[in-house]
Parts: sequence; structure tokens; C-alpha cells
Amino acid sequence: MAFAVPSRGARRTAKARRGFATPLILLAPALLWLIVFFIVPTISLASQSLQTGDIDNGYVLTWHFQNYADALSRYWSQFARSFGYAAIATIGTLILGYPLAWFIAHRSGRFKTMLLVLVVAPFFTNFLIRTLAWLIILTDSGPVTAFFRATGLTNLLQAVGLTDNNSLLFSHFAVISGLIYNFLPFMVLPLYSSIERLDLRLVDAAGDLYANGWNKFWKVIWPLSLPGVVSGTLLTFIPASGDYINSKLLGNTQTVMIGQVIDSQFLRVLNYPLAAALSFILMISIIVLVGAYVRAAGTEELV
Amino acid sequence: MAWLRRNVVVILGLLVLGYILLPNIVVMVFSFNKPTGRYNYEWNHFSLDAWLDPCGSPGMCEALGLSIWVAVVASLVSTVIGTMAAFALGRYRFRGRASTNLLVFLPMATPEVVMGSSLLTLFVAMGMQSGQTTILIAHILFTLSFVVTTVKARVASLDPALEQAAADLYATPSQAFWKVTFPLVAPGIGAGALLAFALSFDDYIVTNFNAGATTVTFPMYVWGAAQRGTPVQINVIGTVMFLGAVGIVGIAQAIGARKRKAD
Repeated sequence: MAFAVPSRGARRTAKARRGFATPLILLAPALLWLIVFFIVPTISLASQSLQTGDIDNGYVLTWHFQNYADALSRYWSQFARSFGYAAIATIGTLILGYPLAWFIAHRSGRFKTMLLVLVVAPFFTNFLIRTLAWLIILTDSGPVTAFFRATGLTNLLQAVGLTDNNSLLFSHFAVISGLIYNFLPFMVLPLYSSIERLDLRLVDAAGDLYANGWNKFWKVIWPLSLPGVVSGTLLTFIPASGDYINSKLLGNTQTVMIGQVIDSQFLRVLNYPLAAALSFILMISIIVLVGAYVRAAGTEELV
Repeated sequence: MAWLRRNVVVILGLLVLGYILLPNIVVMVFSFNKPTGRYNYEWNHFSLDAWLDPCGSPGMCEALGLSIWVAVVASLVSTVIGTMAAFALGRYRFRGRASTNLLVFLPMATPEVVMGSSLLTLFVAMGMQSGQTTILIAHILFTLSFVVTTVKARVASLDPALEQAAADLYATPSQAFWKVTFPLVAPGIGAGALLAFALSFDDYIVTNFNAGATTVTFPMYVWGAAQRGTPVQINVIGTVMFLGAVGIVGIAQAIGARKRKAD
């Protein structure tokens, strides 16, 4: 730690480079790509959402705001479900990810790197193959379902409405578990980097000042890990709310998420204006939700 | 009881790690299965058939080849232009820097289904045929921000005194860059490239919007298989990728440890 101080001082005294030509040349290709293939398509999506017509005769921009009213009135429940699933899955990844991140950061000793590799390694197997594996794990005749039935957990899940018969697959429960599984590493890695930097002497100091276990966590550990919590929850919530792989493979007709609707409206029904309106609503909702969340969490530095 | 209290975080951590790894273990076990029907979801009996004939499932190895090719090209392009941008953002102060940072961040905050569909509307509006080109454009786009962010973090953590020291020792600016700065940033560039490759190789949602009917990547092949019947070979590929990744990192670790010891 002591060595970090002079180098930080050196960085501050070093002249920040100014000028315009060099950075512009360096930035040009990336900027061009982002403008042509991100900004322009977003405008194109917004324009598409206000058009009328059909795929054979072409579309005309008629400022048809009715597309948005249609999108919301027909699919509000899929929107609500997507954000609900994403919120539950985010909280789930946080609860599961925290002990794992702490374990890797402070209790794993020389196995630290190996454990980090094991957290990331599943990514190298295609996520669709891994999601299909949940069909095998949660199957009716499998040991997991047997365990849930023996302990009465199936009754509990049914009572809270997460499953609707005595099995686990093709239910809210299966979709949410799939989302938690798929996005858990996105939570663990930022949590790890925050928790690893946490000075354990602060926790000891809290103990010396008679803080109990809960206060040590809530007053010392949690606030210091907040940057990791914020980036982890964003990295989980944003992709989870747009995901539809889990709801398609592990769910039923009652678990349809908004991404699934956008996909089928674009690629099967070919109702481009409605699909574009749905897509645009999803994007705006996420920006509003994330903006409010980041403001509430009080961290502006995200990138 | 005291032991349990002390080690509860270790036990919980290991359980969660088990949850993360369980599907990979299932994929591995079922790569040795001989299923009775079209779907490889129920254990029948042990067999090496799929391992001995990995390309036995029609179209799968072509899809795999396409995915590798796309991932290599996309990660190369996004690593080069992303690294350039990262140097600009990490080392220079200029007007518009904050908005450029925001523009780099936005694609990462956009759900894949929105990005895929907005690119689709652009390609439709331009009358562009879906295929390998549109896949590549999309993959370079969504990997680019991750490269910039990864490399930028490395560039920002550099000590400028090192480059000044090189200049004091009569290095030309280009010598100072290639002999001092670049080697220090290289691990960040490598991490960014690896991340870009993995993201591109694994992508289904964005690709599905921009691939057209005849261009099938490996994830699209798996998706199709989930609807029609899952060949055991996809488990073989999944297992090889998983063990390969763990193995490569393991070897790199071992070499690094030996090097440190030698120093």
C-alpha cells in the first residue's frame, strides 16, 4: 500500500496530454463504428416504431404513436414480468454471490486464482448448452426434484406461486433459477474486486469498538463493497431484463418475457413497427430505471 | 459450533461454486451418454460414440467453424480499434471526452434484444442482405465497448514517470512507446481480446437478428437443436471448450509460478 502513494502523486503532477489531433485519429475508427452501427440504428429503430405499412409494400413514417399504445396495452404484463424476474434474479445473484466473492477474496489462500478461473470457466461452454443442462438437473425424475419433494420445498414454492404443480421445470421458479445461474459470474467478479480491496483491519477495528456481527457487516463491510454491488447489480439486471433464452427453454406460456415478444414480432410476425416500439420502450425503461438506481446509490463513476 | 461460525462463508462459497459448475458437470457426463430418443436429456448407458465421431451431427462442425472465424475476425478488429480508442481516452484530455466515454458505455447498457433489433431495422432500411457481413458488423459493435473499457483501465493505471524516464534516457517517443508503454499495457489488450472472442463466440440473441436464414453459427445451431433434438456431439464440444479453457489457464499459471520462482 505504501508504495502506491508516491506513484499516485507522480501521476497527478505529470502533465495531462492535451491537443486534439492525436486523440481524434486514435478515436476515429471506434467512434465511426459506434455512430454508424449504434447511434444510427437507434434512430432507425425510433423511426421504425412510428411508421405504418407492411413488409411487402414498405413502411412510411407517419408519426403513428398508436404503435406505442398498442405495444403497452397488449404486452404490459410481459414487460412487468421481465422487470420482476430481472429484479428477483438480481437480488438472488447478490445473495449467492456475496459469500462466494468473500470466500475467494479473503479465505481461499493460494487457491484464489484457481477459484476465479472456475467462476469464469463455464462461459467457455456455450450458454445454451448449459441452460439445456438445467432441463436434466430439474427433471421430474431427478434427485433435485426428489429432494425438494421430500423436504416439502415444492409445497412452499407452490404456495408462493413460483411453481404450479408438484414439479420444478417449466415454471417461474425454473426461469428465475436459470437467470440467477446465467448471470451469477457477472455479480461475483465486480463484488470480488471491491471486497478484495477491503482492508480487514477495519472490520477488526469495528470489533474492538464492540460492534456485533451484524453491525460489522452493515456499517463497515457493506458500504465499502457498495461500488461492486452497484456494478454487479447493473451487469445482472440489464441483460436479465432483456433475456428470453431462460424463459423460452425453462419456462411455459405463463413465463413469456418481453424479449421473446420482440423476437417473434420481428422475426416471425414481421410486424416491424410494433416490434420496434416494444424494443424502444424496453430501452427507455432500462435507462430510466438504471438512472434512478445509480442516483439513489450515489455512484456516478461506472465505467 | 465455533468452527461452523468461523467457516460458514467458506461452506456457502463452495456451495455456490458448486451451483455455478453443476451444469458443466452434467454436460460432461451426458457427453458419454447414448440417448434412446432424439433428445439427450435422459441417461441411458455409457458410450464413446459422440467422442469418436465429433462431427457426426450434420452441419454442426460447419457452424462451429463459422463461429470461430467470426469470433477471430470480430475480436481482432475490435481489439485494434478499441485499443486505439482506449489510449485516446486514457491518456488525453480533450473536449468531448466525457460524451465519448458515455457513447462507449451505452452499448454495454443496452439489452442484446434491443441492439439486435435496432441493427436489423438499419440493415432492412439500407436493403442490406443478412449474412456473414452483418454478423461481423454486429459482433464488432458489441465487443468493442468491452475492449475499450478493459484496456482503458490498464492505460489509466500506468505510471507516466516510466515513459518520462525512458525519454530521459534518450529514447525517442516511438521507442518509449513500443519498449515501455506497450508491453505494460499488453496484458490488458490480451484480456480485452479474450473477452471479445468469448462474447462473440457465445452470442445468440444479436446474431439471431442479423444472421439471415442460411448463415448458422454454433449458438444458433444449438438453439435449433433444442427445438428438433439435441445431438450428443454438442456436449462433446461444450466439454472440450470448458476443459480447454481451464487447462490453458492452468498451464499459464504454472509457467508464471515457475518464472517467479526463477526470478
